[in-house]
Amino acid sequence: MDTLNTLPFYLFAFLSVAGGILLVALRNPVSSALAMVLSFVGLAGLFIGLNAYFVGIVQVLVYAGAIMVLFIFIIMLLDLNDEENVKFRSSSVLAGIIIPLLLLAQVLGVIQAGHQGEEAEFKKIDRASMKVSAEKFVRNDGDGKALPLSEQSAIYKSLTHEKSPKLPDTNLIGHTIFKSYNFPLQVMGALLLVATIGVVVLSKRSNKQAPSES
Amino acid sequence: MASLNEFLFVSGLVFAIGLAGVILRRNIIVIFMCLELMLAAASLTLVAFSRFHLKDGLPDYNGQVFVFFIITVAAAEVAVGLAIIVALYRARQTINVEDLTSMRG
Repeated sequence: MDTLNTLPFYLFAFLSVAGGILLVALRNPVSSALAMVLSFVGLAGLFIGLNAYFVGIVQVLVYAGAIMVLFIFIIMLLDLNDEENVKFRSSSVLAGIIIPLLLLAQVLGVIQAGHQGEEAEFKKIDRASMKVSAEKFVRNDGDGKALPLSEQSAIYKSLTHEKSPKLPDTNLIGHTIFKSYNFPLQVMGALLLVATIGVVVLSKRSNKQAPSES
Repeated sequence: MASLNEFLFVSGLVFAIGLAGVILRRNIIVIFMCLELMLAAASLTLVAFSRFHLKDGLPDYNGQVFVFFIITVAAAEVAVGLAIIVALYRARQTINVEDLTSMRG
């Protein structure tokens, strides 16, 4: 049981670290973009291992799908392939190795100072704990911000399902967003709109430039 | 299940690799990809703590909502950043950061 759960962790951790190293090491930008996708898929696997199914799937869709295509599109558009003969300067190589190592040492120090051993293990999400939280959603004795959920709601039904209770991850994220983060969500929508307009303005060729330059 | 510390270590390692890429590489598009990698590594920390800090027996979904917002902002940022790179390439015919020194003063 224990190895069953830790093996995927090491597999996906290895994938994300190896993808990161390839992203830095490969000279061809297209290979770098594909290595970045490898790394993001590894991270998405780690998210799913942490019971964050929705975030893991969104990570694959947005990063490995949309953003990777955008990067490859721009690389192909600019037609860059003359980086093979670029030499790294020794000063920047030194800085590029020492500064991340310092950061890593600091992270290790912080981890050493935090929870250790049994305390750092993840608690299980089982049938009993899901039942308790489902009751809490119906009674709503937490913050008085939202109306209590009814016993017909998808969250309650999924949490207290008799045969196979499941974690209704997406429903709970939606519940949290619309209950506590309604205004930030609207700000995010405005941000996306502004970004869309900004991209159109930026990539529009100004009329002053000569049309021969293409 | 692996412990919290292992997740935090992997997150720190991926973040450090991204930082190394930002310092080492000269191609501005690859630097941009390394920045995205650093953002995603930070998200892993948020998700790990969200799962670790159980609230009423469920993960603390505030952390995962935060990750959702990070992904949204990263998508907008990539779109705008790549548009800026294309505009830069049109103006200067290069994306090597060592040739782009007009802001050095």
